[in-house]
Amino acid sequence: MVESVAGASADPTHAAPDPSRRDFIHIAVVAAAVGGVAAVAWPLVDQMNPSADTLALSSIEYDVAKVALGQQVTVLYRKQPLFVRHRTPKEIAEAVADDHAQLRDPATDASRVKPGKSEWLILIGVCTHLGCTPNFDGGNLDPGHYGGWFCPCHGSVYDTSGRIRKGPAPKNLVLPEYVFETGTKIKVG
Amino acid sequence: MSGPSTYEPKTAIERWLDSRLPIVRFSADLMDFPTPKNLNYWWTFGGILAFCLITQIITGIILAMHYNASGGGAFASVQHIMRDVNYGWLIRYIHANGASMFFIAVYVHIFRGIYYGSFKAPRELLWLIGAAIYVVMMATAFFGYVLPWGQMSFWGAKVITNIFGALPVVGPPLVTWLVGGFTVDAPTLNRFFSLHYLLPFVIAGLVGLHIWALHVPGNNNPTGVNVKSKSDTVPFHPYYTVKDGFAVSVFMILFACFVFFMPEALGHVDNYIPANPLATPAHIVPEWYLLPYYAILRAIPDKLSGVIAMGGAIACIFALPWLDRSRVRSMRYRPQAKLYFIIFFIDCLILGFCGAHEPDDKLWPGSIGFQLFDSNINSFVWLSRVAAAYYFFYFLIVTPLILPFTETPLPAPESISTPVLSHPATVPAGAVAAPEKKG
Repeated sequence: MVESVAGASADPTHAAPDPSRRDFIHIAVVAAAVGGVAAVAWPLVDQMNPSADTLALSSIEYDVAKVALGQQVTVLYRKQPLFVRHRTPKEIAEAVADDHAQLRDPATDASRVKPGKSEWLILIGVCTHLGCTPNFDGGNLDPGHYGGWFCPCHGSVYDTSGRIRKGPAPKNLVLPEYVFETGTKIKVG
Repeated sequence: MSGPSTYEPKTAIERWLDSRLPIVRFSADLMDFPTPKNLNYWWTFGGILAFCLITQIITGIILAMHYNASGGGAFASVQHIMRDVNYGWLIRYIHANGASMFFIAVYVHIFRGIYYGSFKAPRELLWLIGAAIYVVMMATAFFGYVLPWGQMSFWGAKVITNIFGALPVVGPPLVTWLVGGFTVDAPTLNRFFSLHYLLPFVIAGLVGLHIWALHVPGNNNPTGVNVKSKSDTVPFHPYYTVKDGFAVSVFMILFACFVFFMPEALGHVDNYIPANPLATPAHIVPEWYLLPYYAILRAIPDKLSGVIAMGGAIACIFALPWLDRSRVRSMRYRPQAKLYFIIFFIDCLILGFCGAHEPDDKLWPGSIGFQLFDSNINSFVWLSRVAAAYYFFYFLIVTPLILPFTETPLPAPESISTPVLSHPATVPAGAVAAPEKKG
């Protein structure tokens, strides 16, 4: 700090500056500048977070009665696919039977549906590997015949409960937050 | 850069870099650049302009993340920025007012250059690059003003592009080519957005050349006298980093006053009406920083002549190093030039004032006036004409033809240090100093 003024022409009217006062000025200036830059930087960073209109897309309602037995409807929820699957008794039985199988992300089938509504499986249709949308194939394409979804990107296989059974994905298909408002009407988010 | 480098790499990595890509040496030389020790606060506007350019580029890149350059979506996306994007209102107001701040600073910088003769040899090319930056700035500002796609945007774009239509033969097809259609429309908006994003980087490149050209002869200074010895200079850092930093801080206060307390003061309410190709706003004016040229354009009743006069007004700035041949740089020592300069400065303000008014508005509302040729003498048309005439009179008659014969410059000091050392405030050690009178 003091060295930086050594090259300047000496001021004949003043005594040598007190080094501690000069240090104080330096620290105060740098602190004020850092604080100011941080205060300015935050809006510039925060602007990239979701805007108010994006956040306003938070919840949707859907009448699951429109989905026939064995059918799956994909609904747009927060700009992502939401699977509404009307499971057959066979699919439910397969899922329950595997509750205690060797699972990468252990979960019982009952924990993945609402009580008494086990025919309705509501899932966020995003592979937990790298975000592709798995296709429901009923066990036709996937070699292990888990009967659920098969992700075309990297071959993750999900069973009829949406649990990961094979491939690179680490987690089960995510369950959204939802409630049954009436017998068949769900509110997601 | 001028003079031998005094940088000595101290660490192993600096030595390694120095023989491959000497960026540390480059920066050290910039910081160590010998700068005249008598630069006053008018010289801080270079640093202020660098601050303005960086601010505009950063906020502009951010706005482009949220803006939609389509005829149908542009207006709504600006409202989206103002209402929905986190701190979008702040970033847009900084960008919109930042343009005005940029022009305030560039006008001070230009008038500083004229007053102290900073355009004179060996700084002519430095001046030309600066003038080019100013022209590109005007283009960038115009393209930017079109982007919100409000009424002022649309009709401003229409008027400015039609200026090129005044050119004989090539004019009308040129306008069609510029706007990409029969008239200004969505294709115009898209290309203007592209150019608005491009040109700031052109400015940044020109600024690099401007600083390079500055660092060959070094800074001019308020006396206009060349640096004669090392004792006339101080290193750029810490002396001018601190001085420029202080000036930028003060400038930021003015900037913040606009952004937070009167963000729309320099705008126009009509730009919050979506672009409507079927209805022109009753009162259409360009942004304040273009008003003097607008006044010159309207002062002349013939379309092509008006356009030529407006272009000529800008060309005068470029030609200044060859119009002003006085051997004395600083107007401190040019009493007559100073007087004409002050009138010229006021004249530019008057032109701006005229540009903001309708041509037929009365200057003095009470007076009826009388008809002189095509217009009433008591109207902004005639004031614009007088002011435009002085503008050209200053550049083309006074500077090259009158002053060389009528002016006897005052004696300029021997060196930069002389006026400081002989100043009454500079007294020997021991005597009572009067620092408040210094400078």
